[in-house]
Amino acid sequence: MSAQARSMTSTRRTSSLSGLTESKGFLSFWFMLPAAVLLLVFLTYPLGLGVWLGFTDTRVGREGIWIGLENYEYLWDDSIFWLSVFNTLLYTISASILKFALGLWLALLLNENLPLKSFFRAVVLLPWVVPTVLSAIAFWWIYDSQFSIISWALIELGVIDQRINFLGDPNNARASVIAANVWRGIPFVAITLLAGLQTIPQSLYEAATLDGASRWQLFRFVTLPLLTPIIAITMTFSVLFTFTDFQLIYVLTRGGPVNATHLMATLSFQRGISGGQLGEGAAIAVAMIPFLLAAILFSYFGLQRRKWQQGGGD
Amino acid sequence: MKFTRRDVIRTSAGVAAGLVGSQLIGRPAFAQDALSFKPEEGASLRLLRWSPFVQGDEDAWLANTKRFTDATGVQVRVDKESWEDIRPKAAVAANVGSGPDLMLVWFDDAHQYPDKLLDVSDIGEYLGAKYGGWYDGPKGYATRDGKFIGLPVAAIGNAIVYRDSWVKEAGFSEFPKDTAGFLELCKAMQKIGHPAGFTHGHGVGDGNNYAHWLLWSHGGMMVDEGGKVVINSPETLKSIEYAMELYKTFIPGTESWLDVNNNRAFLAGELGIIANGISAYRTAQINKDNDPKLTEIAKDIRTTNLPIGPVGKSVELHQTTVGVIFNYTPYPNAAKAYLQFMFEEAQMSDWIKGSLGYCCQTLKGFANNPIWTEDANAAAYSRASETLRPNGFAGPLGYASAATMADYVLVDMYAEAVTGAATPQEAMEKAEKRANRYYRV
Repeated sequence: MSAQARSMTSTRRTSSLSGLTESKGFLSFWFMLPAAVLLLVFLTYPLGLGVWLGFTDTRVGREGIWIGLENYEYLWDDSIFWLSVFNTLLYTISASILKFALGLWLALLLNENLPLKSFFRAVVLLPWVVPTVLSAIAFWWIYDSQFSIISWALIELGVIDQRINFLGDPNNARASVIAANVWRGIPFVAITLLAGLQTIPQSLYEAATLDGASRWQLFRFVTLPLLTPIIAITMTFSVLFTFTDFQLIYVLTRGGPVNATHLMATLSFQRGISGGQLGEGAAIAVAMIPFLLAAILFSYFGLQRRKWQQGGGD
Repeated sequence: MKFTRRDVIRTSAGVAAGLVGSQLIGRPAFAQDALSFKPEEGASLRLLRWSPFVQGDEDAWLANTKRFTDATGVQVRVDKESWEDIRPKAAVAANVGSGPDLMLVWFDDAHQYPDKLLDVSDIGEYLGAKYGGWYDGPKGYATRDGKFIGLPVAAIGNAIVYRDSWVKEAGFSEFPKDTAGFLELCKAMQKIGHPAGFTHGHGVGDGNNYAHWLLWSHGGMMVDEGGKVVINSPETLKSIEYAMELYKTFIPGTESWLDVNNNRAFLAGELGIIANGISAYRTAQINKDNDPKLTEIAKDIRTTNLPIGPVGKSVELHQTTVGVIFNYTPYPNAAKAYLQFMFEEAQMSDWIKGSLGYCCQTLKGFANNPIWTEDANAAAYSRASETLRPNGFAGPLGYASAATMADYVLVDMYAEAVTGAATPQEAMEKAEKRANRYYRV
């Protein structure tokens, strides 16, 4: 090969290499590969394994065999499973609505020019920062049937004459765990919505004020429409966190009394890990997926509708 | 150490059978003091155990562990978890093949994953022969198909703990021995404002102990000898009706109680009667904060075994803990050496003594530990290993019995009925269905 030909080959190689490095597709592939591997290993594989286990009778310490829909057929007739579905929906819907209302209210307050604004913003985050298990233990004492500070205070004030059975009565127990979840979840909603509020240009408020808009109209026609995309994202995450909550229930009630606070996540754990029925536990976990998908779809296709964001109706 | 004539005969027979058997299957014979394991080079171990309720138990266990390290050079890290978390942690470790080398697990947990556990028959047979034999109940929890899949470390006795002065105030000169009298006492205790309280929540120890006593004292059973679910029975119905009557006398909140709630409320003077390990009494007695109120409570506490029901004899579950070695451990010899070391007389006697009656010996040879006679309140706990009835009675121990307990099938049955969430018949049928799921009819 002549020197010229060699030089041409080398130039072609260099240019093809530089072409590759400048190729958008090639670079995108390599940049996305680590993320894709992580997702495959830590998300897709466990999810696939969970779905597979749901169709088997795998037990702790023993390989299972394919049993088709047997786990789901059993769950269909299992009153405890349906109770856990009811509890999970009640827990998620109630807690999410309360977290949204209180979180938005708090965000609007923190967005005002308050003295010690930064201090308050930091303090508000505390419930979110404290590990769930620690706050759950604190609530365990607060709700203790014999030592509750709430019962004590109300008795001392003469409001009630006997202690409140917070975690022993099914309805009280549900309300108690929802309250604990709301307390813990408000900061996330409040701070995220606060961030959204601060992106709304002041000029819009000024223009609306010049047009004679009231405080309510400012909120309804300026704040709310512009905040809707942030609300959609925040509430999607909030609903997902609440729906899959485990720690609060596990520490506070272990699903009791009489399974009144068992969520699908805690029941799945009790059956799958403690009870050793990995297949049935996985089936319960898989049964959560449609609900989670519905929540996500509602958020994306509902709350993010353009018309809402532009302040219009349906 | 004092052995009875019967123990000597049984032990000799066991050793003789072991010698003959070992020759038949070509294994080395056990010489009583000859069993020893050489820990692997550079071995270190991790043990996961349940959180202690009596500090002396943990202190003695750690002191014994240190002795082992001093003697062998093998470092042993001892971690602890709350009672309720032991079962899931062990299940996960067994399933994924990673975690602590050894664990102290509950009841028949070991039967859920026997293939994942190291066969410790050599130590089990050696210790049995050397220390007068194992009590049948604890041994059953640790053996499967004739092999030791773990070593029964202790039975944690459960007994009635009550305030003597309040029982007398309620008009009872002595604690009733039968269930009918016990119900009358609880009614009277409620009237004088010092009610009883028994756990209806998901407490591994207290919840299960109470539920099994209710069932068995009335002649009910979860399964028969063949493993057929027979919980739906007239006897069970009677026990539920009894539980409903008893529940009416309880302090509010027992439906949500876990293992610590009854101790806490009792020691705060809120309750007159609970069922518990000796820890409730010992906590008051030790009184580390020198609280004068607690000193008074300790003086007033008495313990006794749970009343006898229509079945006519004492039948209790008691909590049993089994030491297991996972077969994924890279240091099986070190782990075996550790378990053996902890069971040898010097260590085991100190531990039983240190745990102040909380942990009852599983080997008959340790029954004469002075801890059982130094304080009259220890007597109710001294025979826990000897008298316990195993979980899943009258069926075989195994995966199904362990899972049925872990899913709180029996605990929930009573809780549903007493709280009115289900009628007694419905509660029984639900329990039957759930148990059948595990026993796979």
